[in-house]
Amino acid sequence: MSNTKQNTNNDKVEITPDLKLFIDEWKDKPGNLIMVLHRVQETYGYIPRSITFDVAALLEVPLAKIYGVLTFYNFFKTEKPGRNIIQVCMGTACYLRGGDDIMEELEKQLGIGVNGTTKDNEFSLEAVRCLGCCGLAPVVVINGDVHGKISSNDVAGLLKTYREKESVTA
Amino acid sequence: MSNMIKLEINGIPVEVPQGTSILEAAKTVHVKIPTLCYHPDLKAEASCGICVVRNADSPKLLRACCTEAAPDMKITTHDADIVQVRKSVLELILANHPNDCLQCPRSGSCELQTIAADFGIREVPFPREVLKTPVDDSTTSLILNQEKCIKCGRCVDVCQNMQNVWALEYIGRGEETRMIPAAGVKLNESPCIKCGQCSAHCPVGAIYERDEIQQAWDLLRKPDTVTIAQIAPAVRVALGEAFGLEPGTLLTGKIYAALRRLGFDQVFDTNYSADVTIMEEATEFVDRFTNGKDLPLITSCCPAWTDWMEKYAPDFSDNFSSAKSPQQMLSALAKSYWAEANNVDPKNIAVISIMPCTAKKYEITRSEEMSSTGQQDTDLVLTTRELARMLKSSGVDFLNLPDEEADELLGVYSGAGTIFGVTGGVMEAALRTAYCFVTGDDQPPSINFNNVRGVDGVKEAEIDIKGTKVKIAVAHQMSNVEQVLNAVRADRKAGKKPRYDFIEVMACRGGCIGGGGQPTGATDEIRAKRTAGIYTDDEKSVVRMSHMNPQVQALYKNYLGEPCSEKAEKLLHTKYRKRKIYAK
Amino acid sequence: MAFKNYLLVCGGTACDSSKGIELTDELRKEIDAAGLKDDVQIVRTGCLGFCEKGPIVKVLPEDTFYVSVKPEDAKELVQEHLVKGRIVDRLLYNHEQGKSLVTVEGIDFYQKQFRIVLRNCGVIDPDKIDDYIARDGYAGLEKALFEMTPEQVIDEVSRSGLRGRGGAGFPTGKKWSFAAAQPKGEKYMVCNADEGDPGAYMDRSTLEGDPHSVLEAMAIAGYAIGASKGYIYIRAEYPLAIRRLETAIEAAREYGLLGEKILNSDFDFDIELRLGAGAFVCGEETALLASIEGNRGMPRPRPPFPAVKGLWDKPTVINNVETLANIPVIISKGADWFNKIGTADTRGTKVFALTGKVNNTGLIEVPMGTTLREIIFEIGGGIKDGREFKAAQTGGPSGGIIPREFLDTPIDFGSLSKIGSIMGSGGLIVMDDTDCIIDIAKFYLEFTVDESCGKCSPCRIGGRKLQNYLSRISDGRGQLKDIENMQKISEAMTRASLCGLGQTASNPVQSSLKYFMDEYLEHINDRKCRAGKCKKLITYTITDKCIGCTVCTRHCPVAAITGTVKEKHVINQARCIKCGICYEKCKFDAITRS
Repeated sequence: MSNTKQNTNNDKVEITPDLKLFIDEWKDKPGNLIMVLHRVQETYGYIPRSITFDVAALLEVPLAKIYGVLTFYNFFKTEKPGRNIIQVCMGTACYLRGGDDIMEELEKQLGIGVNGTTKDNEFSLEAVRCLGCCGLAPVVVINGDVHGKISSNDVAGLLKTYREKESVTA
Repeated sequence: MSNMIKLEINGIPVEVPQGTSILEAAKTVHVKIPTLCYHPDLKAEASCGICVVRNADSPKLLRACCTEAAPDMKITTHDADIVQVRKSVLELILANHPNDCLQCPRSGSCELQTIAADFGIREVPFPREVLKTPVDDSTTSLILNQEKCIKCGRCVDVCQNMQNVWALEYIGRGEETRMIPAAGVKLNESPCIKCGQCSAHCPVGAIYERDEIQQAWDLLRKPDTVTIAQIAPAVRVALGEAFGLEPGTLLTGKIYAALRRLGFDQVFDTNYSADVTIMEEATEFVDRFTNGKDLPLITSCCPAWTDWMEKYAPDFSDNFSSAKSPQQMLSALAKSYWAEANNVDPKNIAVISIMPCTAKKYEITRSEEMSSTGQQDTDLVLTTRELARMLKSSGVDFLNLPDEEADELLGVYSGAGTIFGVTGGVMEAALRTAYCFVTGDDQPPSINFNNVRGVDGVKEAEIDIKGTKVKIAVAHQMSNVEQVLNAVRADRKAGKKPRYDFIEVMACRGGCIGGGGQPTGATDEIRAKRTAGIYTDDEKSVVRMSHMNPQVQALYKNYLGEPCSEKAEKLLHTKYRKRKIYAK
Repeated sequence: MAFKNYLLVCGGTACDSSKGIELTDELRKEIDAAGLKDDVQIVRTGCLGFCEKGPIVKVLPEDTFYVSVKPEDAKELVQEHLVKGRIVDRLLYNHEQGKSLVTVEGIDFYQKQFRIVLRNCGVIDPDKIDDYIARDGYAGLEKALFEMTPEQVIDEVSRSGLRGRGGAGFPTGKKWSFAAAQPKGEKYMVCNADEGDPGAYMDRSTLEGDPHSVLEAMAIAGYAIGASKGYIYIRAEYPLAIRRLETAIEAAREYGLLGEKILNSDFDFDIELRLGAGAFVCGEETALLASIEGNRGMPRPRPPFPAVKGLWDKPTVINNVETLANIPVIISKGADWFNKIGTADTRGTKVFALTGKVNNTGLIEVPMGTTLREIIFEIGGGIKDGREFKAAQTGGPSGGIIPREFLDTPIDFGSLSKIGSIMGSGGLIVMDDTDCIIDIAKFYLEFTVDESCGKCSPCRIGGRKLQNYLSRISDGRGQLKDIENMQKISEAMTRASLCGLGQTASNPVQSSLKYFMDEYLEHINDRKCRAGKCKKLITYTITDKCIGCTVCTRHCPVAAITGTVKEKHVINQARCIKCGICYEKCKFDAITRS
């Protein structure tokens, strides 16, 4: 799903010195915008609205350009993700082995649609493109942990495990 | 020296310079390849897929708008196969379009409507799916209706590359793509300067001017109200296009007559207040130039330009002429000078201006100085397009009206006033008068200053006023302006005297004749004809210089005293303030 | 060898996710515990290809091939095999079938494979440049720089017959020659590592397992066309490949194999990584260039072609990872060696990601000309669970669906194109009789509609219309006219779309209409889905096995089941929304679906 949902959240998020350094390094490299946005997302987990203004000012490009790029690419999130990020592989092999049933089950149990976040901010649900583990189809990745050969019956158990697990601090 | 190349189009031999597109090459032999997203002002977008043609036996089709003609090509533009492909593509576009032509503001001038009619579309076999999205009518000037957008991309190209404003961008991907402002803001919270060039280039009814015809009727019919009309110079050479006349046809007299038929009590002409603007601005210039302060002087009659400056270049606000635009000057004078002379309470006066410009709708409330007479000076602005529609629904047989004259007090104008409508015109008008002010001569050696005329993005010249050299620059189309400002900034930084003394800026290509409120479909060719019409109006004027306009002389003698007097300052001058590029 | 034994553990992403990392740690622990640290070295290599049976551990020098090894098995493996010298039978391939195979010879998955692109995957440690060099790494670059002129390099590549492996099959040498012909100046060499086809992971495995092969190839290409700067455009969803490339680039620079004056010649060449961000369309050449330029990935009309006017309007060659991985071998072993492999139409090998309903899924590399039958039934081990083969799909969302009558088609560009499909990047999906063709076509259209950049009307609107029709047909609301309309739209999309995505997006529809029309008609006229996949066309019936436990009645969300205790229940078909909950909940197998 592309990101036409633009974030109008005006909360000021501070730009980290690390990020500023990165932008400085990349400022004069042509085509730097996507790499900079990746670093922003790495830093905050998503692209905060106030940071887009900072990036526009530091790179000296119109804000419109930042948004044109950021809303084109699926990878960039404009909303803060939940504590646990669930990614369901929607590649062909996973689809053939029931990937869409897993997605439906997750949507049902979490009460949100794909690309949504639960109200308690516990879980975000996304569809991802082929992860390349087709031998393990269908595959669900939660916080980077790959779970293969999942069936609808496994869903409740998985959710419970992650709900109870403490967040891993990077 | 470009090489000529030879190819064949539909069996007809063609010879064109290298670099010509297949589309243009076909035109030279009167072959019309249908297009939809293509616009001659812009680099070919190549999005719609209508202009496809075949080369020799290749199954692949090429887009004629962006593919260069190559030697020995054998192009087929129309055959059963190609026509079917085009038809299917058009049907797909129509399947996602509301197709409510009869209620659409572009009915009659819509490019999609025209091509569907030309293709003989009688049904759309595919399932209908129209984007549901709220209309953005946050500015007083323009409406964005994404439902009708066919994603041709012209508005984004115009706003970013032609106008350097960057209010619109492609947001999202695939069929979720919308041409809207970034960061989730509405148009009035974005960098938009309301120049309306987007609406002037939109092929359909996705972007159009706020229609205030009803409000105009309401004012005309309001009891005990004196309604006053003023028309801008650029309107008179373009209004005819909505009635099938050639661009550039001068319709001044007919317009005056038509406005009276509509019910206006007084019909004035913005060209008169253009002359007044010159009085104020030439005086301002001579003062600054003689004292070497706050140079370069930059013209300020274009509200899209002042908005751009307040957002993007507030470091030049001291350079801007404090003179208001002619529209605002006339309204202020109507509710003071004229009101007093005719014993009418300004509260009972409604001034409606007819403008080629969508930003003028914004200008009338842009700051408190726009209400210098105790009320809002200009009550309403109608664009040329709206006037055309209003005339068509009003029972006036416009084309056959006998010519009339404007009402005298604020309706008489000089040739210098009328050339405000074209790029270089304000500069030329100012120079004609400034020359006389500086030298005391009663006219410059040549009335025409040809080196400020023409469509070059930036024109520079050095004007010799009896030994005194005045360095001027004229820029039009916003993308050409920043380089001029940057040059001055560089001079400032280096501690040098700025390289220009006087700069004229018009936000729209060609000047006001190319304004965002003019009849749609303008190209360089059409703008050239409109420009020619304006210069003809100048040539045939008896008085060619603003300060020689007898009504202007009377204004100063009987009312204002002299340019930049206290009274003039109050009514005819304004201030500038820094504005946010993004309001949220 | 310096060590007595080597344990090669597959370190590709898939095996990692099957606890490959824990396995390696456990092995290391056990080896230390057994005091064998100085005798046995563990090497994490690239993908060995047999993903179905991962994680794989190969013991050298005996070449023992252990499959599906779990971390818990580490102790036994070390104790039994390394200490006591006894092979662990239960970890061998086909152990359950009683036909254990100790080494790779005899494993049907590996017969008929010929690994050129994957030559080092599963053999070397991809993070060690010395491993690469030890296996003729950078010998191609050396030969090119010191024994050949740029023209000779291009000539060699042309003579080899190598054609682009990204899907289009354009002759690589020809592409290079176009760029080389442009006037000297700024030129660029770009590697397309965006691998967006769902179900394809050939490039990922190559980059993870043998990153230097791509670096060397790019340097050779740069020399040939006159470029001194290269970019690898890689999708952000491949973090391991990105890390391996970063390590490899650093190492290559250190060794003077990248950077200024490579190997003390006059040739400068350096490589930078640029990340994608989740846009399939950026695998298309001009969209890829737009993305590197930091813009939205919207394609540009061609001509002009990138070789003439590419990155920042300079001549640019864009090659796929797999294409490049062939280059060092072609240069060092020569075109004559290479063009003996494959068919006259297409020389060399092709890497396929074989997935779907086969027994042996995984990554394979076969000479061009190998037939589909050989791949599916020999290498792939036949259809899983003993079901019937229905169709094979190549080329991902741009490809065609191939029915059983073409199983003996030899794989090469020409032959696949003749039967209405394309080679594509290498995804090969196998479908059985429980897969519905309309469902697959719908799946692919959903993908392309989501990934469409939106610039041109034929793709943006046409794709969605095709998807709508397929959904209608799948839901039992299809009409005969829909087929005619789908064909019209497909034609418009193929002929008038701006880029390859739109031009090929209708291929699944066009090929399935050609070969599986009866399935379409069945869905439309009979409202029947023979594969049982289209949910709305499934009929649930309660059989005599029903004991009247009322569980299904209570779970039916629309109260479509009636029946009292101990009485056979009945489903009201008109109310039934085909959700399948009753089918799942019934403990007595009393509900059938058809």
